[in-house]
Amino acid sequence: MTDTAISAAPRRVSDNAALVAKRYRSERRFKLYGIAAIAVTAVFLVLLFADILVKGLPAFFEHRMMLPVSVSQEAIDPQNSKDPKIIRTGDFDGPIRESFRAMFPDVTSRGDRKKLLGLLSSGAADDFRAMVVNNPSLIGTDAKVPVLLSDDADQYLKGRQTGVAKIAGQGTITASADGEKFKLVTDKTPVLTAGDIVRLNGGAFRVVSADNGAYLAEQVTAPKSLDPANAGAWDIVRFTVTEHNRRIDDQEALWLEQLKEKGVAENGIAWRFFSSGDSREPELAGIRGALTGSILTLLVTLFLCLPIGVAAAIYLEEFAPKNRLTQLIEVNINNLAAVPSIVFGLLGLAMFLNFFGLPRSAPLVGGLVLALLVLPTIIIASRAALRAVPPSIKEAALGVGASHQQAIFHHVLPLAMPGIMTGTIIGMAHALGETAPLLMIGMVAFIVDIPGGFTDAATALPIQIYLWSDLPEIAFQSKTAGAIIVLLVFLFVMNAAAILLRKRFERRW
Amino acid sequence: MDTMIKTPVADSAPRIARERPLKIKARNVDVYYGEKHAINDLSIDIPDSAVSAFIGPSGCGKSTFLRSINRMNDTIPSCRVTGNIEIDGRDIYDRTLDVVQLRARIGMVFQKPNPFPKSIYENVAYGPRIHGFARNKTDLEEIVVTSLKKAGLFEEVKDRLDHSGTSLSGGQQQRLCIARAIAVNPEVILMDEPCSALDPIATARIEELIDELRQNFCIVIVTHSMQQAARVSQLTAFFHLGNLVEVGDTDDIFTAPKDKRTQDYITGRFG
Repeated sequence: MTDTAISAAPRRVSDNAALVAKRYRSERRFKLYGIAAIAVTAVFLVLLFADILVKGLPAFFEHRMMLPVSVSQEAIDPQNSKDPKIIRTGDFDGPIRESFRAMFPDVTSRGDRKKLLGLLSSGAADDFRAMVVNNPSLIGTDAKVPVLLSDDADQYLKGRQTGVAKIAGQGTITASADGEKFKLVTDKTPVLTAGDIVRLNGGAFRVVSADNGAYLAEQVTAPKSLDPANAGAWDIVRFTVTEHNRRIDDQEALWLEQLKEKGVAENGIAWRFFSSGDSREPELAGIRGALTGSILTLLVTLFLCLPIGVAAAIYLEEFAPKNRLTQLIEVNINNLAAVPSIVFGLLGLAMFLNFFGLPRSAPLVGGLVLALLVLPTIIIASRAALRAVPPSIKEAALGVGASHQQAIFHHVLPLAMPGIMTGTIIGMAHALGETAPLLMIGMVAFIVDIPGGFTDAATALPIQIYLWSDLPEIAFQSKTAGAIIVLLVFLFVMNAAAILLRKRFERRW
Repeated sequence: MDTMIKTPVADSAPRIARERPLKIKARNVDVYYGEKHAINDLSIDIPDSAVSAFIGPSGCGKSTFLRSINRMNDTIPSCRVTGNIEIDGRDIYDRTLDVVQLRARIGMVFQKPNPFPKSIYENVAYGPRIHGFARNKTDLEEIVVTSLKKAGLFEEVKDRLDHSGTSLSGGQQQRLCIARAIAVNPEVILMDEPCSALDPIATARIEELIDELRQNFCIVIVTHSMQQAARVSQLTAFFHLGNLVEVGDTDDIFTAPKDKRTQDYITGRFG
């Protein structure tokens, strides 16, 4: 009946190599999983940002031509009144068209001229008008006027319609009429393929079929003559995207190539992206309206959320009796933070619009709805910040005879403030990116005017992104990505501010 | 009435309590934390212009009683105090008494130095300012300087009054807390293990300070160090398991304790 446990050798940690190796393996494996997870995330993040940047950065630039335009007295201000109202009504479209057409004297047919003018933005005359109204001394002079190109031309020049290669002609080429088409003969080895554009003698031919040194081509623009062209006097323009698959046809593309060659078209920063509202013309559309709407909305949210949120947090954390009711309130605040945002939108629609009759699409209502959404976040963050202040500080204040309220407002709240601000900024960033609830209260609309007040119809930045992403023009795709960049920059700045605040004012007790 | 009181008063009272005027009188005090009975039927007389030390093992209720004297326990929702505590004959648990003014009259120094994360000057000036002690800036400055001098800290910090209070060393922080407490000129200073977070040198300085302050204040100190109690106090009260076991002149308690538990504790047999 001896106790077996005693008779057995006592257990010790022995040098069990297999066990140690197994533990090492497991640790290595776990580390590997972690690295893999981070790597996958990083790759996706990089891809996302790269995609947005590549698509969005061109939205911050636009192509303009510096055209010499004669600002004629008769067309703009015949009475020499210098009155902006009269200047405004002058003809600004004509001079620009005139000047542009003068660059292409060969374009004579009515259809071609219309097509040529289609390369100009419909807003070009407005820019010119604004320029002259701001500077009436230009009247009667010859001015260099920046003329905005249309979105398609702009996209072409940004290389987003097709890639283009220009190859200098080798040897002599001869074009001869062959029925409707033309025959091109070169004395060098074949260099042309179907779809190439051959420019010679001021004209252009599109190669239709290639057959070893003899090419069948159709005319794009008429040449001055059909004389043979020697090396250097002709060239080949080769597009990577065929004419049917782009919005700029070969002729327009050749005109734009000429602009490029003459050095008239320049790529400048598109300040109008930040200074103008939405537009149906992509090259004229900007985010100012949406940004203003977002800022107005966030102002309403901030002014509601911060006082109410902080007051609620202070009350719940420091003054409220700890009973069933406050517990219930606490649980519900946490639940509220998890309610889908669209529900807040519906609530806003039912309450603020239908019941209180507040205006539709207004930043005021948007701010109210977002305040509902952000309030739980701010309350939770503020309570955490208040709780993080060591009780010894409050005790110290109570100890010298400060009242509970004095202790909190003089000592606890200032110390909790960085945490509260951090929570508030993160809440605001959340509100800035929020879209769904604003859809419900009618902030999704095509609004050209910049909102001037809290009750004007407005839209918000994320909604502008949503609206633009739906439009077919490639230029709008670029604008969408551009607006996303702006939104992300705002979010990054806000989050960075929150982190900085936390780092700067972080205290250790 | 007197038959109900277990602690000795009147003739049997400690010498120091007879020599000095009575400052704090506690009778039949019970303190509960929810269901827990933290202090059981405690009665004690604490003399003015003397240091009274509360000693006893952890969890014996000495800090709890200390915090009942300035009603700091009010901040704990589950805490309930019954019985009678009087300061200068005035019941401090009287409903008509303003607890905030009471706390201004009874300063407190905590176990861990807890200066406000503000400047040294602001730390001391806060109390006088909220109580409207100073008529103007010079007045306030004088209070701050006097308090810092009384706390024996002025010479060390006079060139950096605008530095943060938290930048001081532990011992300096604790003296700053004492300066903060005496800036509002309290009648009683409660000290809850004021040296437990300090090194021996800082401790010695605080003890010297306590000895000086004794001239003008009624000081009650909770300490875990029996040597400290022996060094600084004139009256010692031994607590055990929520009971006040024995109270007497410090010399008597440490040389001839009447209760066996006291003897066991001071000789280091438990605690």
